[in-house]
Amino acid sequence: MPFLPVEKQRTFEARVDLVPRIVEWIEGVAEEAGLHPRQQQHLALSTEEAVMNICSYAYKIPPGEVTIQVSSTPERCRVIFRDRGIPFDPFSLEEPDLGASMEDREIGGLGILLMRRVMDEVHYTREGDENLLRFEIYPRERES
Amino acid sequence: MVLRSMDTCDVVTVSGRMDAVTAPEFEKQCLKWMEEGHKNFLLDFSSLEYISSAGLRSILGVAKKAKPLGGKVVLSGLSGVVAEVFSISGFDAFLPIVETPEAGKGLF
Repeated sequence: MPFLPVEKQRTFEARVDLVPRIVEWIEGVAEEAGLHPRQQQHLALSTEEAVMNICSYAYKIPPGEVTIQVSSTPERCRVIFRDRGIPFDPFSLEEPDLGASMEDREIGGLGILLMRRVMDEVHYTREGDENLLRFEIYPRERES
Repeated sequence: MVLRSMDTCDVVTVSGRMDAVTAPEFEKQCLKWMEEGHKNFLLDFSSLEYISSAGLRSILGVAKKAKPLGGKVVLSGLSGVVAEVFSISGFDAFLPIVETPEAGKGLF
Protein backbone atom coordinates (compact mmCIF):
# COMPACT_ATOMS: atom_id res chain seq x y z
CA MET A 1 0.00 0.00 0.00
CA PRO A 2 1.51 3.36 -0.99
CA PHE A 3 1.99 6.31 1.29
CA LEU A 4 -0.57 8.93 0.38
CA PRO A 5 -0.34 12.65 1.02
CA VAL A 6 -2.95 13.48 3.63
CA GLU A 7 -4.00 16.83 5.06
CA LYS A 8 -6.62 16.80 7.79
CA GLN A 9 -7.66 19.05 10.60
CA ARG A 10 -10.34 18.73 13.20
CA THR A 11 -11.29 20.36 16.47
CA PHE A 12 -12.69 18.39 19.37
CA GLU A 13 -13.86 19.22 22.84
CA ALA A 14 -11.12 18.07 25.20
CA ARG A 15 -13.20 15.64 27.25
CA VAL A 16 -12.13 12.27 28.62
CA ASP A 17 -15.29 10.57 27.39
CA LEU A 18 -14.52 11.74 23.85
CA VAL A 19 -10.97 10.32 23.85
CA PRO A 20 -11.99 7.01 22.21
CA ARG A 21 -13.68 8.94 19.38
CA ILE A 22 -10.66 11.18 18.89
CA VAL A 23 -8.38 8.15 18.79
CA GLU A 24 -10.71 6.45 16.32
CA TRP A 25 -10.49 9.52 14.08
CA ILE A 26 -6.69 9.59 14.15
CA GLU A 27 -6.59 5.84 13.42
CA GLY A 28 -8.63 6.46 10.29
CA VAL A 29 -6.30 9.23 9.19
CA ALA A 30 -3.20 7.11 9.86
CA GLU A 31 -4.69 4.27 7.84
CA GLU A 32 -5.49 6.64 4.99
CA ALA A 33 -1.91 7.95 5.04
CA GLY A 34 -0.69 4.36 4.62
CA LEU A 35 1.35 4.25 7.82
CA HIS A 36 2.76 0.91 8.95
CA PRO A 37 0.22 -0.83 11.25
CA ARG A 38 2.59 -0.58 14.21
CA GLN A 39 3.06 3.14 13.56
CA GLN A 40 -0.72 3.53 13.40
CA GLN A 41 -0.93 1.94 16.85
CA HIS A 42 1.86 4.17 18.14
CA LEU A 43 0.07 7.25 16.86
CA ALA A 44 -3.24 6.14 18.41
CA LEU A 45 -1.52 5.65 21.78
CA SER A 46 0.37 8.96 21.65
CA THR A 47 -2.80 10.79 20.63
CA GLU A 48 -4.66 9.43 23.65
CA GLU A 49 -1.81 10.51 25.91
CA ALA A 50 -1.59 14.00 24.37
CA VAL A 51 -5.34 14.58 24.55
CA MET A 52 -5.57 13.22 28.10
CA ASN A 53 -2.97 15.75 29.22
CA ILE A 54 -5.01 18.52 27.67
CA CYS A 55 -8.23 17.22 29.27
CA SER A 56 -6.54 16.99 32.67
CA TYR A 57 -4.24 20.00 32.91
CA ALA A 58 -4.76 22.56 30.17
CA TYR A 59 -7.98 24.31 31.03
CA LYS A 60 -8.83 25.97 34.33
CA ILE A 61 -12.49 25.67 33.41
CA PRO A 62 -12.83 22.45 31.38
CA PRO A 63 -13.67 21.42 28.84
CA GLY A 64 -11.60 23.39 26.40
CA GLU A 65 -10.79 22.45 22.86
CA VAL A 66 -8.04 20.66 21.05
CA THR A 67 -7.33 21.05 17.37
CA ILE A 68 -5.49 18.20 15.68
CA GLN A 69 -3.77 18.77 12.39
CA VAL A 70 -2.23 15.96 10.36
CA SER A 71 -0.05 16.49 7.33
CA SER A 72 1.50 13.40 5.90
CA THR A 73 3.86 12.86 2.98
CA PRO A 74 5.88 9.77 2.02
CA GLU A 75 8.84 11.29 3.90
CA ARG A 76 7.16 12.18 7.15
CA CYS A 77 3.86 12.27 8.95
CA ARG A 78 3.42 15.35 11.17
CA VAL A 79 0.67 15.60 13.78
CA ILE A 80 0.11 18.83 15.72
CA PHE A 81 -2.09 19.27 18.78
CA ARG A 82 -3.11 22.84 19.66
CA ASP A 83 -4.87 23.98 22.77
CA ARG A 84 -5.46 27.37 24.35
CA GLY A 85 -4.90 26.22 27.90
CA ILE A 86 -2.27 27.28 30.40
CA PRO A 87 1.34 26.83 29.22
CA PHE A 88 2.28 23.18 29.69
CA ASP A 89 5.65 21.89 28.59
CA PRO A 90 5.57 18.10 28.93
CA PHE A 91 9.36 18.02 28.91
CA SER A 92 9.48 20.06 32.09
CA LEU A 93 8.33 16.96 34.00
CA GLU A 94 10.78 14.41 35.29
CA GLU A 95 10.61 10.98 33.72
CA PRO A 96 9.26 8.32 36.06
CA ASP A 97 11.83 6.22 37.90
CA LEU A 98 11.66 2.99 35.91
CA GLY A 99 13.72 1.14 38.50
CA ALA A 100 11.38 1.94 41.39
CA SER A 101 9.61 -0.84 43.25
CA MET A 102 5.87 -1.28 42.86
CA GLU A 103 5.22 0.51 46.18
CA ASP A 104 7.30 3.54 45.20
CA ARG A 105 6.18 3.70 41.63
CA GLU A 106 4.42 7.00 40.94
CA ILE A 107 1.53 7.10 38.52
CA GLY A 108 2.47 10.37 36.82
CA GLY A 109 4.56 10.93 33.74
CA LEU A 110 3.82 7.61 32.08
CA GLY A 111 1.87 9.03 29.16
CA ILE A 112 4.63 11.43 28.22
CA LEU A 113 7.23 8.69 28.55
CA LEU A 114 5.22 6.46 26.21
CA MET A 115 4.75 9.10 23.52
CA ARG A 116 8.43 10.05 23.62
CA ARG A 117 9.47 6.45 23.14
CA VAL A 118 7.07 5.46 20.37
CA MET A 119 7.08 8.66 18.28
CA ASP A 120 10.16 9.41 16.20
CA GLU A 121 10.13 13.03 17.42
CA VAL A 122 8.06 15.00 19.93
CA HIS A 123 8.33 18.79 20.19
CA TYR A 124 6.62 21.34 22.38
CA THR A 125 6.33 25.06 21.73
CA ARG A 126 4.20 27.86 23.12
CA GLU A 127 2.93 30.12 20.37
CA GLY A 128 0.90 33.14 21.50
CA ASP A 129 -1.84 31.74 23.69
CA GLU A 130 -1.50 28.21 22.32
CA ASN A 131 0.33 25.07 23.36
CA LEU A 132 1.65 23.19 20.35
CA LEU A 133 2.65 19.57 20.68
CA ARG A 134 4.10 18.13 17.50
CA PHE A 135 4.78 14.50 16.61
CA GLU A 136 6.96 13.48 13.69
CA ILE A 137 6.75 9.95 12.28
CA TYR A 138 9.08 8.66 9.60
CA PRO A 139 6.86 6.29 7.61
CA ARG A 140 8.11 2.70 7.48
CA GLU A 141 7.32 0.43 4.56
CA ARG A 142 4.67 -2.19 5.22
CA GLU A 143 5.71 -5.74 4.74
CA SER A 144 4.04 -6.94 1.58
CA MET B 1 -14.22 -8.67 31.38
CA VAL B 2 -14.67 -12.20 32.64
CA LEU B 3 -13.54 -13.73 35.94
CA ARG B 4 -12.97 -17.47 36.12
CA SER B 5 -11.43 -19.38 38.99
CA MET B 6 -8.39 -21.57 38.60
CA ASP B 7 -6.97 -23.56 41.51
CA THR B 8 -4.59 -20.88 42.84
CA CYS B 9 -6.02 -17.68 41.41
CA ASP B 10 -8.75 -15.99 39.41
CA VAL B 11 -8.21 -15.46 35.71
CA VAL B 12 -9.51 -12.12 34.44
CA THR B 13 -9.85 -12.00 30.67
CA VAL B 14 -9.64 -8.47 29.31
CA SER B 15 -10.21 -7.99 25.62
CA GLY B 16 -10.31 -5.04 23.25
CA ARG B 17 -8.96 -1.78 24.58
CA MET B 18 -7.82 -0.48 27.93
CA ASP B 19 -8.04 3.26 27.48
CA ALA B 20 -8.95 6.37 29.44
CA VAL B 21 -12.60 5.32 29.52
CA THR B 22 -12.40 1.54 30.01
CA ALA B 23 -9.40 1.37 32.39
CA PRO B 24 -11.19 3.00 35.36
CA GLU B 25 -14.06 0.52 34.83
CA PHE B 26 -11.55 -2.34 34.92
CA GLU B 27 -10.07 -1.08 38.18
CA LYS B 28 -13.47 -0.57 39.76
CA GLN B 29 -14.56 -4.11 38.84
CA CYS B 30 -11.35 -5.62 40.24
CA LEU B 31 -11.75 -3.70 43.49
CA LYS B 32 -15.30 -5.02 43.74
CA TRP B 33 -14.00 -8.57 43.30
CA MET B 34 -11.44 -7.88 46.04
CA GLU B 35 -14.21 -6.84 48.39
CA GLU B 36 -15.84 -10.19 47.62
CA GLY B 37 -12.67 -11.98 48.72
CA HIS B 38 -10.65 -12.39 45.53
CA LYS B 39 -7.05 -11.24 45.76
CA ASN B 40 -4.93 -13.24 43.30
CA PHE B 41 -5.52 -12.04 39.76
CA LEU B 42 -4.07 -13.52 36.63
CA LEU B 43 -4.84 -11.04 33.88
CA ASP B 44 -5.23 -12.74 30.52
CA PHE B 45 -4.38 -10.13 27.91
CA SER B 46 -4.22 -12.44 24.90
CA SER B 47 -7.21 -10.62 23.34
CA LEU B 48 -6.12 -7.15 24.42
CA GLU B 49 -5.31 -4.99 21.41
CA TYR B 50 -4.49 -1.66 23.00
CA ILE B 51 -3.37 -0.23 26.31
CA SER B 52 -2.51 3.34 27.29
CA SER B 53 -1.01 4.85 30.44
CA ALA B 54 -4.54 4.91 31.88
CA GLY B 55 -4.55 1.11 31.60
CA LEU B 56 -1.13 0.85 33.24
CA ARG B 57 -2.28 3.05 36.11
CA SER B 58 -5.37 0.93 36.72
CA ILE B 59 -3.28 -2.27 36.84
CA LEU B 60 -0.81 -0.63 39.23
CA GLY B 61 -3.77 0.42 41.38
CA VAL B 62 -5.11 -3.12 41.54
CA ALA B 63 -1.67 -4.64 42.26
CA LYS B 64 -0.98 -2.13 45.05
CA LYS B 65 -4.32 -2.85 46.70
CA ALA B 66 -3.95 -6.62 46.36
CA LYS B 67 -0.58 -6.71 48.08
CA PRO B 68 -1.64 -5.82 51.66
CA LEU B 69 -4.31 -8.55 51.34
CA GLY B 70 -1.56 -11.05 50.58
CA GLY B 71 -2.58 -11.17 46.93
CA LYS B 72 -0.88 -10.39 43.69
CA VAL B 73 -1.32 -9.63 40.02
CA VAL B 74 0.28 -11.67 37.23
CA LEU B 75 -0.01 -10.86 33.52
CA SER B 76 -0.26 -13.29 30.66
CA GLY B 77 -0.59 -13.31 26.90
CA LEU B 78 1.00 -9.94 26.12
CA SER B 79 1.87 -9.34 22.49
CA GLY B 80 2.55 -6.62 19.96
CA VAL B 81 2.11 -3.04 21.05
CA VAL B 82 0.66 -4.11 24.42
CA ALA B 83 3.90 -5.94 25.28
CA GLU B 84 5.86 -2.93 24.04
CA VAL B 85 3.96 -0.55 26.36
CA PHE B 86 4.70 -2.77 29.37
CA SER B 87 8.35 -2.93 28.47
CA ILE B 88 8.70 0.86 27.99
CA SER B 89 6.92 1.58 31.27
CA GLY B 90 9.17 -0.73 33.25
CA PHE B 91 6.12 -2.44 34.76
CA ASP B 92 7.57 -5.76 33.64
CA ALA B 93 10.19 -5.26 36.39
CA PHE B 94 7.71 -5.73 39.22
CA LEU B 95 4.74 -7.53 37.64
CA PRO B 96 5.38 -11.15 36.70
CA ILE B 97 4.60 -11.86 33.04
CA VAL B 98 3.91 -15.35 31.68
CA GLU B 99 2.97 -16.70 28.27
CA THR B 100 -0.32 -18.37 29.17
CA PRO B 101 -2.63 -18.43 32.23
CA GLU B 102 -1.64 -22.06 32.84
CA ALA B 103 2.01 -21.02 33.08
CA GLY B 104 1.13 -18.52 35.81
CA LYS B 105 -0.69 -20.88 38.16
CA GLY B 106 2.42 -21.65 40.18
CA LEU B 107 3.24 -18.00 40.87
CA PHE B 108 0.58 -17.48 43.52
